[in-house]
Amino acid sequence: MKILVIAEHHGTELATNTLNVVAAAKKFGGDIDLLLAGSNLSDVAAQAAKIDGISKVKTAESADYDHHLAESMAALIVPMAADYDILLAPSSTFGKNITPRIAALLDVQQISDIISVESNDTFTRPVYGGQAIAKVQTSDSKLVITVRPTGFDPVNAEGGSAAIESVSGGAPDAKSEFVSLKEAESDRPELTSANIVVSGGRGVGSAENFKMIEALADKLGAAVGASRAAVDAGYVPNDWQVGQTGKIVAPQLYIAIGISGAIQHLAGMKDSKYIVAINKDEEAPIFQVADYGLVADLFDTVPELTEKI
Amino acid sequence: MKILVPVKRVVDYNVKVRAKSDGSGIDLANVKMSLNPFDEIAVEEAVRLKEAGKCDEIIVVTIGPEKAQEQLRTAMAIGADRGILVKTDTPIDLGGVEPLAVAKTLKAIVENEKPDLVIMGKQSIDDDSNQTGQMLSALLGWAQATFASEIKLDGDSATVTREIDGGLETIKIALPGIITTDLRLNEPRYASLPNIMKAKKKQLDIMDPSDFGVSYDPKVKILNVSEPPARTGGGKVSSVDELIDKLKNEAKVIS
Repeated sequence: MKILVIAEHHGTELATNTLNVVAAAKKFGGDIDLLLAGSNLSDVAAQAAKIDGISKVKTAESADYDHHLAESMAALIVPMAADYDILLAPSSTFGKNITPRIAALLDVQQISDIISVESNDTFTRPVYGGQAIAKVQTSDSKLVITVRPTGFDPVNAEGGSAAIESVSGGAPDAKSEFVSLKEAESDRPELTSANIVVSGGRGVGSAENFKMIEALADKLGAAVGASRAAVDAGYVPNDWQVGQTGKIVAPQLYIAIGISGAIQHLAGMKDSKYIVAINKDEEAPIFQVADYGLVADLFDTVPELTEKI
Repeated sequence: MKILVPVKRVVDYNVKVRAKSDGSGIDLANVKMSLNPFDEIAVEEAVRLKEAGKCDEIIVVTIGPEKAQEQLRTAMAIGADRGILVKTDTPIDLGGVEPLAVAKTLKAIVENEKPDLVIMGKQSIDDDSNQTGQMLSALLGWAQATFASEIKLDGDSATVTREIDGGLETIKIALPGIITTDLRLNEPRYASLPNIMKAKKKQLDIMDPSDFGVSYDPKVKILNVSEPPARTGGGKVSSVDELIDKLKNEAKVIS
């Protein structure tokens, strides 16, 4: 069994989800190689070589792969796939963009977003926004899989000593080019990878009042989220939306403020380790999933919490 | 310019779904079905391009049961010009028509219809695969721009802003090409009653999967579908002080 992990990196830093994807790769048993593509890879290659359990780090050093455009990455990876039984990538926007293109060119039905490896052809994955878990068995002989990072505990970032080997790839079959990247201008952590998320709902009442939610988040070093109702009401931008059609989060602590707990919101946060709900309506469904529910007026409670925490 | 918008009939996003007791799938009996939200955004975007004079015709296509005509009519009420249903009784949510088979079917339709652009949802909210657009562009050898939050058409290219983890990336793709939509691209309109009536008279062609020589036998078998273990929530605290104490000393998630 030969496994290739398509690793995400940002210039000089390996994405932390790599450790989770390698953890998934280890469940299969077999040699695990790790692929890095882009320019100036020596730093990330050195980091990758230390990961516990990697046989070889393959570096495709070329500016063609700098922005990981799907067409270029597929041109690199599809020919390499002949040497591997299983291709794995994180189910981040990096992986989701690239792997289906590779799978289609290999005539493989990709399996997205696995959260467990039951055997070498059987996996579980959330469907219906996490409202159900499907156990699936593939009949493909070569596998292309994306891994939900939160489904696997990370392997050790240290302890390995893989060989680093350079590879080169083909030319893309279609034309696309990078124009620009605007990184989120926020000192707050990114919503999907934050340890703590503070979210507000319709109960917050206005964009002005939402500053109260943000103040609590900043005190905690947390990301800020919102329910669809708060987004639809125009209190906050829609990239803050947590829910089935927004972002799926699973932080250590999720604080839901003035959120009733509609199904589509719960689908986006119910895998959080601890859930706090603050709502004045004690019948609100959010309390059914909350570890710590506080039935109270958020306009009194949130400033008090921000002050005391 | 001709735009093709593939769409899907899915469970309405507000429905709490239940796994069937035999574990064979999701119980879809008497459940409200809708146009997949990301596809609705794709239709809206195509209609806006048409209203801006950048598109002459919008074709919506779906693969699904007889009743999936409802979703085509919804798309036509928003403003699509005509619809194509590839009719199949194979399940379309889980363990039936898979993304690769959908992409193969759409490839054949693209070759017939010759659109300049395909706009489609980034994923359907039933099986959540997020594959079909990328696969279609691979099979066609076209460029792809996934997770779009802004689209600008400029002659034979499109400049697309993409929502990626931690920021916004702008890329330029050659046309014909494929764009998949993310939530922020637009806010779909509500179809007006006159437009709903008008949509009933628009052309809707029904085709058979055998017209395209694509098999809908799944490569990936569903062994079991179950609901995730329920959270044991319901815990209450009576004050902010008690809450802080629990978070610090019981959950140990803050210090």
